[in-house]
Order: sequence, then C-alpha cells, then structure tokens
Amino acid sequence: MKEFRGRVIVKGTCTATALVSHEGFNTLASYQTSFLTGDKKATCSDQNNPDIYKKPMAGAALCLPQTIGSTTGGMILYTASDYGRQPACMLFSKPIDSIGAAGVLLSDIWTDAKMPTIDSLGDDFLSYVKTGMTITVKEDGTVLVG
Amino acid sequence: MRLTEEQQEIYDGKKGETYAKVMQTLVRYGELFGAEEMTEVTGEYGHLVTSFGLKVIHPVYKLMDELIDSGVASKQKFTMDPRPLDANVPSGPIKDLVFKKFMYSMQDEYEQQLKKLGLLSEDGFSCACYFDEQGNRPKKGDVLSWAESSAVVYANSVLGARCNRNSGIIELFGSILGYVPKFGLLTDEGRRATWKIELKTSKLPSAQVLGSAIGMKVMEDVPYVFGLSEYLGEELTPEVCAYLKNFGAATASNGAVGLYHIDKLTPEAKELGESLINDDAKTYVIDDAELKRVVDSYPVIWKNPDAKPKMCFIGCPHLSKAELTDWINKICDGLKASGRTKPVIPTVLTSAPGVIKSLKGSEELKAAEAAGLVISYICPLMYCDNPLVHSTPIITNSNKLRTYTSCRFYEDETVLAMITGGK
Repeated sequence: MKEFRGRVIVKGTCTATALVSHEGFNTLASYQTSFLTGDKKATCSDQNNPDIYKKPMAGAALCLPQTIGSTTGGMILYTASDYGRQPACMLFSKPIDSIGAAGVLLSDIWTDAKMPTIDSLGDDFLSYVKTGMTITVKEDGTVLVG
Repeated sequence: MRLTEEQQEIYDGKKGETYAKVMQTLVRYGELFGAEEMTEVTGEYGHLVTSFGLKVIHPVYKLMDELIDSGVASKQKFTMDPRPLDANVPSGPIKDLVFKKFMYSMQDEYEQQLKKLGLLSEDGFSCACYFDEQGNRPKKGDVLSWAESSAVVYANSVLGARCNRNSGIIELFGSILGYVPKFGLLTDEGRRATWKIELKTSKLPSAQVLGSAIGMKVMEDVPYVFGLSEYLGEELTPEVCAYLKNFGAATASNGAVGLYHIDKLTPEAKELGESLINDDAKTYVIDDAELKRVVDSYPVIWKNPDAKPKMCFIGCPHLSKAELTDWINKICDGLKASGRTKPVIPTVLTSAPGVIKSLKGSEELKAAEAAGLVISYICPLMYCDNPLVHSTPIITNSNKLRTYTSCRFYEDETVLAMITGGK
C-alpha cells in the first residue's frame, strides 16, 4: 500500500475501486451517452480516452490529471451528481482546473451528492495507481492506494 | 478571501439562502485559484454557454427554478450560445422526431427560464456574441463573467477584455452577483505569456491548424506569437478578426487557451510588446512540417473512413458577415466552374441570427438559396454531438467541431473543392 497526500477540495472519506485516466478527463464526452440513455452506471462514452472508455464511472474512484474539453463540463458533473451518478471521489494528480473545480463545487453546494475531491497528488500518484486498485480517501487529503 | 460588507452579508445569508449559495460557490471557486478578493463585472452583458434545452439535464432546470423562485435575478442581461435546433437544417423525419420530442424537448421551457433570469433578446443566441450584429461586444479592460471557450479567448485576446475560462453555471452566478473572484486572466500576472511561438512557415497558415498546433502544445498557458503579423498585418481589420476568431477557437478547443498575444497586432502585445513574456517562457517553433504533423495526427473516427460525406458544416464558431458572404460567393463560383447548380454535399453555413437578418434580401442570400445552401443559426456542435448523428459522415473546416464530434476536418480549399465538385 502506498500513501499520497494532496490538497482537499471537497472534504470527505470514501473507499472505492480506482478508475484511472492518464489523459485529461473530458467531462462532456465521457458522460454524454449515459445521460441520453439513462445509464445509471454512467458508462464512459469518450472514444478518445481508451483508459476509461466503456467503463462505469458512477461510484468509481476517478483518478485523473485534470479535466479537459467543453466549458459545459462543470454543469455536466453537477448534473451527474444530482442524478447520483457521480464518481465516489475525484483524485487529481495536478492542481484542479477551473472547469473541474466548478463541477465539484456545484456538486458539493447544490446537490446532496458526496464526492470527496483531492488535487495536487503529483505525477507519481498517476503513475502508480492502476484501474481496479482499492483507494481509500481520508479527510485530511491522504489517499491510500492498493 | 476578503469580502466587502455587502458581499459578506450575501455570503452569510442576509439576502436569502439561494443568494448565499451563489456567493459561497464563487468564493470557494476563487479561493482554489488564490483569489484574495471579488472584483466587479464591468462588461455590460454576460454570455452563457448552456443554450440547449436537453431533456436529460433536468437538474439544471431545477437549479434555474430555485433561482427564479427565490427571487434571484441577473444583475446584467446576457446572451447565449447558439440554439441546438433549426428546422432549415436537413435531418430527416426520425432525427426530427427525436430532436424535438426527446432530446431537446425542454428548449421552450428553458428559454422561458432564461428570459426570467435576464436573456438579452430573442436573437441573442450565438457563440460569436461579440459581432456588431449581436450587440455584446465588450470594451478593452472590461471584466466579464462569460463561458463559451471561443468567445472568452476572443474577448481576452482580440478585444482586450478580461475573463477567465469559466464553466457553465459559474458564469451565470457571476452575472447574478455582479462580481467574480479575481484570479488568473483577470490579473496582470495571469495575462503574461509563458510560451514564445516562433512561426516559420512558407505562407500564412490555416487559422484552424495553427490554432490547433498551439493549443495542443501549450494547453491552458498563454502563448505570444511571433511571425503572424508579417502575414496578417498590424491592424485588426474584419478579415484579420475573422482569422483570429477561428485561430482562437482552435487553441481553446484543441487545448485550453483563454488568452493569446500576437506580436504587433493584438491590443496588449501592441501596448506592451515582448515585456509581456515571462523570462522562463518556453519556445515552440512552427514550420510547414510541424503543421503537417499536426494535421496527420487527427484521428478519423468514421466507421468507414472511405465513406462518401453526407453533409458539410461551415461556421463553428459562427461565420462573420464577411466570411458568410465570402463562402457563398466562393461556393457559387466553384459550382459554376464545375458546371453544377447544387453542391455535391449538402452544405450548411452557420452564422449569428443578427448577421443572417442583416443580409435578408441581399444578392448573396438569394444566390445561396438558388444553390441550395442552407444558412442557419444552429449550433453545429449540438447538431452533431449526439449518437443519432455519430454514424453520419460529416465534413467540416472547423477544428473545434472535429475535436468534439465525429466530423472529419479538411482545410478550407479542400472543403470548397469537395462541396463544389471542383479540383
């Protein structure tokens, strides 16, 4: 088991299975099909992201560098959270981007969803963590992997 | 963050719980990026990115209702991104039914909510809200609360306004409060260039490809471009502004650029020159070979890469008046040269409602109609970005549309030849 430490964006604890995107997470592209089909597992529809394409995002510990893509991204993540289809937590290796920040804050303040969010976990975190590993997030921003 | 007395009262709930949540969202948002204070939104109008009444984003309508029911109103009127539907755009009975009855069935209700919150006008739907015909053109130095990446990068770079790359909903909150957290592109420091781009091509590059190359390289950083004003000149003419609009949209969608400086051309580069560049700025040299490498790297995600295109979209972002008339003339000339009366591929030219209205009755629109060209205010991205259209082979000259949809990108000359049947 390895321990990483980052900045707490949204406080909380959780234990979930890692879903790792080494490329930027395109929020709109990832969620759009599951919204249209009503897929409660929120299966990722971003064909340009082979790491997570066709994998369920709801309830996963989503590990990513930053979010990318449309400025509707924050609204999309808020919508996913309101439907209860958000990741269990979001773990950013880099400092959070403005669109991702909007999404996690809108989720935290305007919905009942719980989605602890940590950023600045470092490149080592994203190199180490693999899809399927068990992740534990603590309130102080500590992330245990493996 | 230091708040004024008025801001603190809102934060503490003296104007009600909903206003407090709006303020708390913006304060926490700003604190994440080191903002120490809120700054006044000085631009006259806002601009919102979420223009589509997609049935499945019900939580957004719920949030809008919460705002309206709590008596929250926007301090400033706002314009919107383009509408997702236009009956003029060919789609077929099944798509028509699905678009209107299922996908965008909330469009009318959503527009009613927007009117209550502060929509500027019925025609205020374009990604290029800054066109004279659309009436939302900020002044240099104005602080804005906008989203829509192509509009933000244009306002920052070409108009010299100040706006961060905001998300949908966040930009509405800034318009509601009349304040935004001061960080990033709102500060002098955040507007300094961290990349030097040296252009060494043999001719003026395609705006769409050059923007794509720079966007993919610098991502969210600020580039300062040398060598482009040698081709474009040193004045912001309508043609140059159209080039920069397309260039900026590509930097913002292929990367996440919110501001660029063009040496000797854009306002801050003209004023401050190379003093805008950080000492430790990185360098990216772009020549013909590099642009070819970038174009060759674009994936073709059509199921059958050799499929015959069934549709063409030109105008993402929306075409300016000069661009629209130029495309109509070029297509009509091309059809004449190839001995045809109609395009080989059904073609949609998209522009702002104000631009289309201003051309009503013109020779160009009559020629377009005669040639079977569709002139529309639709958002091509909204049209293409859904599973019903993914399997349709569509071509475009827009690098933004290529990035977000399954549309295939070609440069202007190739698109023109493909739709007119020319060489």
